[in-house]
Amino acid sequence: MDLLVTLLLIAVGAALINNFVLHYFVGLCPFMGVSRRLDTATGMGFAVTFVISVASFLSWTLTYFVLRPGAPLTTWLLHREVDLSILNYIVYIFVIASSVQFVEMYVRRFFPNLHRSFGVYLPLITTNCAILFACLEIMKHVSGVEDPARVWGLPQALTLAFFAGIGFTIAIVIMAGIREQLDVADVPRALQGAGIAFVVAGILAMAFTGFTGVDRGLEKILKPAPSRHAASPSARIHSRGGEQ
Amino acid sequence: MNNAPGKENTPLAQAPTLSVGPSPHMVSRDLSTRRMMADVIIALLPVIVVSFYIFRWFAIYHLLLAVITCVSVEALSMRLLRRPPTIQDGSAVVTGLIFALSLPGTAPWYVNLIGAAAGIFLGKVVFGGLGQNIFNPAMVGRAFVMIAFPAAMGASGYVSQSTGVDILTSATPLTALKQMGQGTSLMHLLMGDTNGSLGETSALACLVGGFYLCARGTASWRIPAGVLLAVTIISSAAYLIHPTPHWTPLHHLSAGALLLGAFFIATDPVTSPVTRKGRWTFGIGIGTLVMLIRYLSGYPEGVMFSVLLMNSAAPLVDRLTVPLPLGGSPGKRKP
Repeated sequence: MDLLVTLLLIAVGAALINNFVLHYFVGLCPFMGVSRRLDTATGMGFAVTFVISVASFLSWTLTYFVLRPGAPLTTWLLHREVDLSILNYIVYIFVIASSVQFVEMYVRRFFPNLHRSFGVYLPLITTNCAILFACLEIMKHVSGVEDPARVWGLPQALTLAFFAGIGFTIAIVIMAGIREQLDVADVPRALQGAGIAFVVAGILAMAFTGFTGVDRGLEKILKPAPSRHAASPSARIHSRGGEQ
Repeated sequence: MNNAPGKENTPLAQAPTLSVGPSPHMVSRDLSTRRMMADVIIALLPVIVVSFYIFRWFAIYHLLLAVITCVSVEALSMRLLRRPPTIQDGSAVVTGLIFALSLPGTAPWYVNLIGAAAGIFLGKVVFGGLGQNIFNPAMVGRAFVMIAFPAAMGASGYVSQSTGVDILTSATPLTALKQMGQGTSLMHLLMGDTNGSLGETSALACLVGGFYLCARGTASWRIPAGVLLAVTIISSAAYLIHPTPHWTPLHHLSAGALLLGAFFIATDPVTSPVTRKGRWTFGIGIGTLVMLIRYLSGYPEGVMFSVLLMNSAAPLVDRLTVPLPLGGSPGKRKP
């Protein structure tokens, strides 16, 4: 039950509150590049969701078992505790690149039209900072965490990755809807194309700040605060002290 | 014969150009932009009068400053873009009025100035002017200053009618609820003798103006109906699960900017969907998001964010709710 609540909070946080595109501003290249048409934008959203999940699964596995200080596999092999986290970035880039290759082969084989409309942006998912960012976020909760109870397991990592991808999809689909409507608007020449798209993205980011703190609100409702139960006896003592 | 040889190109060249623009599509002659804007200003009168009564010169000062800023920024940018002037349609005046009514009375002058200018420029001019913007300009301006000057946007005082002092500082009803769990009496919320933004304090004034707007057909009644329906259902469900005697669903309906937002801000015909189902969806979406933000987020009130979020979804809502023509979808018609 506690795990479910944690997963829900991670999901809401990744999809809405800390939306990768609209809060951290990562993954802007496909967000700007492929948001002209609704169907390609949806396809891009799902492709990123898929890649982000696969890459996070692989990078969590590698971080947890090999790279983090005191990882089981390295300890078992070398008979002492080794910190390989210096290799994090290079391993993540490698993992992301290979999973993108996998997606590209799949899309080219089964969705040739989608593949054509993605153009250069599909291989560019390799350098999509949103995916590396997801891997790094997961690393922050796996590698170098003092308290072993707070180390993220695979469910947490996959939830973050999948819902970050869903958040990306939400953002890019909304953006594509707006840009299709803007096609008929008489935007000043200097701002046509990417210019007005960045203005819209800025306003969207302002609108998404409304979700700030939703995770804390949810937590307050779903986890009936063990700290409050612990604090209430002392509070009662204090109030009694006040009466005396 | 008109189609004489050698003249093949002329009918095409002389054919009238049909240019398709974004909504609102005006068909009726007396449903002009000017008339609609005049209607909105008339409907806002009760709200403005109540804000004069409660906030005294703060209200006059903010309303004047915002309207002047909006009109001059619009005039200036249309000049710079070398486009025909558009201030005579009155939409900039309405944006200024709504923006000022959404500000707290104690906001400094520069917050008003920057917000009104950002609203008109970033919310309207860069999209190409009236009828082409995606987001409600007044709410863009308010979100801009809300994030830039969060401290200045908290309503800190008002001129109370029931006490003898000049200015009474207190929390707004929703802030008091969120931070201290305090309720406010329904009568105060109805008449507006509470703290808050200039136009939002009196539920009654918003209702009077809003009904006028819907009766005239300037605003679609489906949007406010959707908002109020969603808020009623969600707050009643929450009340049944966890009853709070000091804050009933009626309080939720009459507190904060909900009524001002539902009747005056969400009903902007440019930034809301055009189909009937789409308008219901839009209203219900706003109401749901307002309740989500009120119950869960760090902000006491969420009308502004909800309107902006649903504005961004309006093109998608329109796409998904295209009404079927009589006889079924044209794509599926049998020969």
